[in-house]
Amino acid sequence: MNKMNDKFLLRVEGLTVSFDGFKAVNDLSFYVEPNECRVIIGPNGAGKTTVLDLICGRTKATDGSVKFKGQELLEMREDQIVHAGVGRKFQTPSVYEDLTVFENLELSYPKGHGVFGALTFKRDEAVKSRIKEIAATIFLDGMLEEKAAYLSHGQKQWLEIGMLLIQDPELLMLDEPVAGMSVAERKKTAELLNRIIKDRSVIVIEHDMGFVEDIATRVTVLHQGKTLSEGSMERVQNDPKVIEVYLGH
Amino acid sequence: MKTNTLFPRADIIGFAVLAVVIFLLLPAVLDSFRLNLFGKYLTYAFVAVGLALCWGAGGILSLGQGVFFGLGGYCMAMFLKLEASTPENTAIQSTPGIPDFMDWNQLTALPWWWEPFYSLPFTILAVVMVPVVFAFVIGVAMFKRRVGGVYFAIITQAFAAILTILIIGQQGFTGGVNGITDLRTLWGWDIRTDEAKEILYYVNGVLLFAVLFAAQFVRKSKLGRLLIAMRDQEDRVRFSGYDVASFKIFIFCLGAAFAGIGGAMFTLQVGFMSPTLVGIVPSIEMVIFCAVGGRLSILGAVYGALVVNWAKTTFSESFPELWLLGLGGLFIAVVMLFPNGLAGIWSEQIAPRLTKLISKNTNPATGQGAPAE
Repeated sequence: MNKMNDKFLLRVEGLTVSFDGFKAVNDLSFYVEPNECRVIIGPNGAGKTTVLDLICGRTKATDGSVKFKGQELLEMREDQIVHAGVGRKFQTPSVYEDLTVFENLELSYPKGHGVFGALTFKRDEAVKSRIKEIAATIFLDGMLEEKAAYLSHGQKQWLEIGMLLIQDPELLMLDEPVAGMSVAERKKTAELLNRIIKDRSVIVIEHDMGFVEDIATRVTVLHQGKTLSEGSMERVQNDPKVIEVYLGH
Repeated sequence: MKTNTLFPRADIIGFAVLAVVIFLLLPAVLDSFRLNLFGKYLTYAFVAVGLALCWGAGGILSLGQGVFFGLGGYCMAMFLKLEASTPENTAIQSTPGIPDFMDWNQLTALPWWWEPFYSLPFTILAVVMVPVVFAFVIGVAMFKRRVGGVYFAIITQAFAAILTILIIGQQGFTGGVNGITDLRTLWGWDIRTDEAKEILYYVNGVLLFAVLFAAQFVRKSKLGRLLIAMRDQEDRVRFSGYDVASFKIFIFCLGAAFAGIGGAMFTLQVGFMSPTLVGIVPSIEMVIFCAVGGRLSILGAVYGALVVNWAKTTFSESFPELWLLGLGGLFIAVVMLFPNGLAGIWSEQIAPRLTKLISKNTNPATGQGAPAE
């Protein structure tokens, strides 16, 4: 089953989803290599977020195939996809507001995910030190006992990134990680993302072109559910089709 | 770093106070008739504690907990009925040795599925396992398909209606609308005497504490925090790598097990089991016990069951036709004014003032404030 010599970590082939006849993603194919940072850009309604939803199992595909390390993700449940090594950050910060920062990170710690595992889960030193380490990375080490509901918008975004980091996924998918942040927060986040995208593959949706230029290995431009252009940032920026539908205005 | 012990100080005090109320205060001030009544109220506390976990923590509102209460109660009633139906006791029947209602319904032999209930160990197992298996089947069917929220509540309510209709319709096997009555002895021990009822009250109290400890363990485990996370952001929990359905099934089954034990203790203390205790109205009342007590608190659920049932008895003794209106009014008042119920009034209003008072009155060097009673 497992293709050991597969050059690609993720193979998306012929991916299609149709909502009542409207094809939000239409026969889309792309491939992500290990350690690659792929940025998906495109105008509103191009299907960027839907692509991530399809990969992580949130939306069921109508047709096509998504293979991650040789495993077909389209046949798996969301939690199984997470365990396979795919992490997802949502566009609006989604953290557990009634729980503390510590508890939010603890729930994401990759241990005790079955019913009895969760019942007997022990908060041992390894867990605590890992949580502290992650909290320091996401600038929240002083706020472990704070309820997530009382964090600022930017801090919630960081916390959610931290919840992904603690899972240590091989493929990290980020949906507009700097949207809605203040300038200062944005700078800190860019620095954080630059640090964490090393040693893993990342798919990022982002509108901020400066930011994209900074992090992207390759860029995929989506338009009406299809690939409009793909390649290095420089190549994409000079593609007349891209300039017409997206960058031009 | 916050320590996460099973029993924080406030919880120890809460458990201790409840133990004093149940094991010392109530037996001291109540006559044996009233004590038996409170024993009956406490059997509903088992259900309410289960609901505090399912609904309060996990956000799964079941309007069919009466089903599980009833299944546990009927299992116990079947055992007691068989023991009461000796050939000597039933000599005047056309078929001696079978329960009287079967004889009235022209049954001539005991149905096969009654046979195992001659055994007390089997019955005790069944009291817990029959509700759990039933909850498991419902849980798998609903939660795996991601049926939740109000749809789940309505479907559980339908189950309560179905079971009531089934019990009433199958009169020959279940005793019909009258239920299973005239229960006498448990392994030869007469359960109708005052002494027996007093002992059963204490057994009930001990079992309730066992259930409370189990609930506390679940609440304080990672699973407890996961339930809260599921209640608020079910979708997100899946992307933290959890199969949400299996956790919902677990907590629903646990609630069913608690309810089954409560039902069995009801049968033992009250001496009968009937479909009126299983259906829609009692199931909704159980949710009200939990809501009044405070659905986030397992101890609150116990007080809720006690207070509402006590009010029910008191008011329906004096104003029988007004009680249902009163109950409805109480529910609306709790939802509108005190969404966290009695437990919320305690933790938000009384406890902070009490702590202030205590810290004012005690020498900080000793730091010993007398636990409030």
